[in-house]
Amino acid sequence: MSADNKPASSRAGMKKQLPEKFINYKHVWVFVELERGEVHPVSWELLGEGRKLADKLGVQLAGVVMGPPAATTRAAVEGSYRYGADTVYLMEDPLLTDYRNEPFTKAMTDLVNTYQPEILLLGATTLGRDLAGSVATTLATGLTADCTELAIDDEGSLAATRPTFGGSLLCTIHTLNFRPQMATIRPRVMAMPEAKDGEVSGGLIEVPLNMKEDDVITKILDFIADNTTNKAQLAYADVVVAGGMGLGKPENFKLVKDLAEVLGAEYGGSRPLVQKGWIDSDRQIGQTGKTIRPKLYIAAGISGAIQHRVGVEGADLILAINTDPNAPIMDFAHLAIIGDAMTILPALTEAFRKRLSVNRMAG
Amino acid sequence: MHIVVCIKQVPDSAQIRVHPVTNTIMRQGVPTIINPYDLFSLEEALRLRDAFGGKVTVLTMGPPMAEDSLRKALGIGADDAVLLTDRFFAGSDTLATSFALATAIQKIMETEPVDMVFAGKQTIDGDTAQVGPGICCRLGMQQLTYVQKVESVDPAKREIVVHRRSEGGVQVLKTSLPCMITMLEGTNQIRYGTMDDMFRAARADVRVWSAAAAGIEDMTRCGLRGSPTVVKKVFAPKARAQKARPVDGEGAEALAAAAIEAIFASQPKLESDLLKQSAGY
Ligand SMILES: Cc1cc2nc3c(=O)[nH]c(=O)nc-3n(C[C@H](O)[C@H](O)[C@H](O)COP(=O)(O)OP(=O)(O)OC[C@H]3O[C@@H](n4cnc5c(N)ncnc54)[C@H](O)[C@@H]3O)c2cc1C
Ligand SMILES: Nc1ncnc2c1ncn2[C@@H]1O[C@H](COP(=O)(O)O)[C@@H](O)[C@H]1O
Repeated sequence: MSADNKPASSRAGMKKQLPEKFINYKHVWVFVELERGEVHPVSWELLGEGRKLADKLGVQLAGVVMGPPAATTRAAVEGSYRYGADTVYLMEDPLLTDYRNEPFTKAMTDLVNTYQPEILLLGATTLGRDLAGSVATTLATGLTADCTELAIDDEGSLAATRPTFGGSLLCTIHTLNFRPQMATIRPRVMAMPEAKDGEVSGGLIEVPLNMKEDDVITKILDFIADNTTNKAQLAYADVVVAGGMGLGKPENFKLVKDLAEVLGAEYGGSRPLVQKGWIDSDRQIGQTGKTIRPKLYIAAGISGAIQHRVGVEGADLILAINTDPNAPIMDFAHLAIIGDAMTILPALTEAFRKRLSVNRMAG
Repeated sequence: MHIVVCIKQVPDSAQIRVHPVTNTIMRQGVPTIINPYDLFSLEEALRLRDAFGGKVTVLTMGPPMAEDSLRKALGIGADDAVLLTDRFFAGSDTLATSFALATAIQKIMETEPVDMVFAGKQTIDGDTAQVGPGICCRLGMQQLTYVQKVESVDPAKREIVVHRRSEGGVQVLKTSLPCMITMLEGTNQIRYGTMDDMFRAARADVRVWSAAAAGIEDMTRCGLRGSPTVVKKVFAPKARAQKARPVDGEGAEALAAAAIEAIFASQPKLESDLLKQSAGY
């Protein structure tokens, strides 16, 4: 497509002329999402990515930690250094114990207005999306959602790439004349960076929230924790087996589950399976479902549409099972079995079962 | 209770064409539907109206043909409809969209106070989940996203309790009206309109507002000009240099065996990991 090498519109092609008031905006920030004492791993993934952006720009990388005065909050600060932050902006306040939009929006916008980062990254989680929307609106800046790739262009502007509507396109979005440039990125889209061992330290800037409980209208009455033991841990699974419309009918999905069980894997599926009610929505893989980064991904009867592809591209090894040697999935899978999933899946299950039990006995 | 529901008309299929000059999506010729996520919000709003009385106004910003989606919503049971349409809105990103919609809601409020605004969790075309929070923030309402259940509403005290999905659990939140809610998918089932609704929808007056009619004075905050984000490039994903390597074999057993060999050959550590893991059972 010609848009690849020449700017398509005059507006898009115009040179960045940063208004005076934004000239001093510097450094890359990552929101460190701390909920119920735990940091969401997407925050570390974003620090890994933020590190690359900061190095390219020759600026610092900062983690933004908001939480109650507690050891877990301090652990999030240390974790930020461990995953690459040079500095941490810390807001500790009882009001920041559980997520609520109001205090977190105030905390973030105050920090941005005072310390002026040029880039602000957040995880595209329920919390991150809730927060990013109101922060960007309050700051009146651009926000690019669910990015799959981030880069810095020749003019030093953040190039945020995300899938765009429909079949087969990606688009690269810039926030030319506003700061900070904000983006959300879903869990597992970016690789988990290596954590630094031993002693770590960095700059620490502590800022008070200046808000009282009475100022916050929304109250938390209760928190009903998920029974996480039987929830899908799809995003972080090492091996994932998934099925698509090529399975033909809902009964055949059992073949996917059988293989997953032998491999100790999680199972999932393409979006039409969720829409048809064959599987739960938290098992959907892809742009509007989960992004996965397993060591092995087996996709049976899945064509490999772009929205599916962006959710699985981080897998180390992708095996496609498909009757069609020209299915789009062949463009990004590593291995393929050209054949009928209904006979291949049971054969794989049997073969894995044998192989693993023989070697287990041998070992 | 007066509830405004923001709905968006979206292309029904994955067919797209991109405008060669502006790099925006061209919607002509593609069948359209109401954004599926918006229907969960519309249904919840209708239920609240049925329980507490009042009315539901549906609002959309789009080309003139977006009126179809409003009529569909009226046919399902909404009471009133506003179409925001103006060439100044073309190319709006989420910031410009939420500005236009929030201004229109303020305009609606001038004649009828609004207790709640509903938006969809996200659209299937824009897919950003930002327009709802953007509207909410501009209107200074309480923000309740990813709601899976409206537990109770107390119109006298102007309080609402909802269950909101968060990572790892559900928050039970109590807040004051006015508020903005986005419903999680699958939380209810959109109703069929009654015959009366259908007839009414066909005849109803949809209010059509230009930017000026909606009370927007500063056109630089609309459309492409009001959008801080710029689409610089639209492109097809690169194929990997190498296509998937098909494994050889006659029949399912042979293919399966060959695939397993190939998997463990390229991922030698995987086998021992799997063994460790499966040793448990
Ligand atoms: C905004 C938007 C967001 C979306 N988000 C997602 C998302 O998050 N995740 C997602 O998955 N999709 C998503 N989609 C849908 C996506 O575009 C595709 O429609 C979908 O992924 C196709 O699912 P599928 O591969 O299972 O089915 P199909 O495209 O119908 O493919 C079926 C495949 O099975 C093969 N097949 C047929 N019979 C057999 C057999 N007996 N054995 C083996 N193979 C067989 C066929 O050759 C074909 O390749 C989204 C779409 C839109 C517009
Ligand atoms: N043009 C529009 N007109 C009316 N409502 C919209 C429009 N765009 C977005 N919305 C609302 O905002 C929600 C989220 O949209 P998005 O941020 O595009 O994912 C949608 O589900 C709608 O409820």
